[in-house]
Amino acid sequence: MGLEQLQRAVLEVIQQPLTDSEGMRKRTLDGKPVKKIVDAIIKPNERLTSFERLEIYNRVYWFRLLSSLADDYPGLRAVIGQRNFDKLLVAYLRDCPSESFTLRNLGSRLEPWLRDHPEFAPRRHPIAMDMVRLEWADIEAFDGKAEPALRPEDLSAGAGPDLRLKLQPYIQLLDLRYPVDDLLLGVRKDDEDTEFASNVFQERRKHKRVQAVAKLKPAEIYLVVHRVDYTVYFRRIDREEFLILSALRQGKPLGKAIEIAFRKSSIARQERASSVQAWFQHWAALGWFCRAEKKTKNH
Amino acid sequence: MPANRFNGYSEYGVGIGLRIPHYHHIFEKKPVVDWFEIISENFMVDGGRPLYVLDQILDRYRVVQHGVSMYFGSAEALNREHLRRLKTLVKRTKTPWLTDHLCWGSVDGRYSHDLLPMPYTLEAARKTAQKIREARDFLEVPICVENVSSYAEFHVSEMTEWEFLTEVVEEADCGILLDVNNIYVSSRNHSFDPLQYLNNVPQERVAQIHIAGHSKFKKYILDTHDHAPIDPVWKLYGRAIELLGPTATLLEWDDLIPSFDEVHHEALKARKFLQPKSPVQSAAASVNQFAKSGAYMAEKAGI
Repeated sequence: MGLEQLQRAVLEVIQQPLTDSEGMRKRTLDGKPVKKIVDAIIKPNERLTSFERLEIYNRVYWFRLLSSLADDYPGLRAVIGQRNFDKLLVAYLRDCPSESFTLRNLGSRLEPWLRDHPEFAPRRHPIAMDMVRLEWADIEAFDGKAEPALRPEDLSAGAGPDLRLKLQPYIQLLDLRYPVDDLLLGVRKDDEDTEFASNVFQERRKHKRVQAVAKLKPAEIYLVVHRVDYTVYFRRIDREEFLILSALRQGKPLGKAIEIAFRKSSIARQERASSVQAWFQHWAALGWFCRAEKKTKNH
Repeated sequence: MPANRFNGYSEYGVGIGLRIPHYHHIFEKKPVVDWFEIISENFMVDGGRPLYVLDQILDRYRVVQHGVSMYFGSAEALNREHLRRLKTLVKRTKTPWLTDHLCWGSVDGRYSHDLLPMPYTLEAARKTAQKIREARDFLEVPICVENVSSYAEFHVSEMTEWEFLTEVVEEADCGILLDVNNIYVSSRNHSFDPLQYLNNVPQERVAQIHIAGHSKFKKYILDTHDHAPIDPVWKLYGRAIELLGPTATLLEWDDLIPSFDEVHHEALKARKFLQPKSPVQSAAASVNQFAKSGAYMAEKAGI
């Protein structure tokens, strides 16, 4: 057996989901006997069979990857509950095994995968989708690239309808159907407190969290996930702000972005100019803009 | 400390792994530490706090990069995106040498995120050595490979682990990060004599040593890095230093991490082995090293 063939056979076994008692399956998901595969590849020793020796790697694989995803998605766990969460993660990793050298990217395909698999978030799929989007945005904002920020005076000097502004790459824009930002902050605070709490206290917290999710009513929110001094924050913004920032991210000029934002706006006409001015001042003060490459027109 | 071409002719002392729970202590107390080892993958990002923290550390301390996912032993080609990001980080840290594991972990672009053991075959040794050479040529920094802890062996293996390690490093002309805890763990799991391993390592290629704690189960030992090294590992380390001379040493502690002071105090226990007990012993270690280098050069020159 050549190196590539051996490694493919071993990885296939290691990536098989564990049994309910966290052991290695006796048959692969497509029905092949694992013992036969493993016995042909792995030497037994005086204490462990070939099966038991590879089972160590099978268990480590799942414990490591599940633990990594659990760290990244505490909000999703709160929304769908521990049992559903465990099932969801195994199914996700089975369908989308890691294709990156870093565990940081393990959840990168969770949002599209969950969209296609609502059965893993029974009765709470829309909230779960919003939570997954927020938690992935949080990861992206944490270590995304930052470019030298434009100062407020840079903005006013070049302002005009054709101005193209570039958003900092680390900034994430979200339109959500549920206010999951408050829920996630609450979950994180609970988790911090729980580290030092008794079992009874933890149970109460869990119960409270389940109630909070059950009571969560739909409410459209617009969110910027950004960072200040290397700490990630969730900032709620108006619909018009979201539309301007989204249009600028798509490369649209300033005038067009503002036009799009106010097409169906409920903000009174006489207040729009002052609102835009205040928003841009605030955004610039937060360093959200960087210089865009100049586009030249083809004549 | 034996400076050699595999550690950039540097003379580092006793370091510890840079870990998040210690950031606050390090920035506030600014402790004196010989050097920090960073996990490369934690800093191969585009921005944000990880790079900010790294720059603060680089301002004050010497840093060496240690990777966990290059997978030199995987049959597939090196991941170019990984290499590109790694090179960006190498330029930032100016690491005098770079380490990763002698293992495999990916197939067809699918990652295990584990350090899987190699089949000890000539085919595997040659492919692995070729990938190490490619990585070194691209990264332009000396590379050292670390022996891993393992829990399984393959029927197809044609040689011992130390013979495989030797085959790879000679073929790749690279250095060794010798993990004495991993030697101990594997020796217990596969019933070999750890001293035999140690005695057969190409000593002139050892650029750095790792020490760590492990966990003992009923039928095997797991490399968990969740407590201090046990006495037999320290003894093995002592023997390694007798053979190699004082070598840059790093304590790994990755889980159930105690205070900075506790980790650093544990690491500094290495100093009693690193400091020669008498001028005679010191001279003997130097002669030993010199003789090994001479023998190696003579062998290479075909004398």
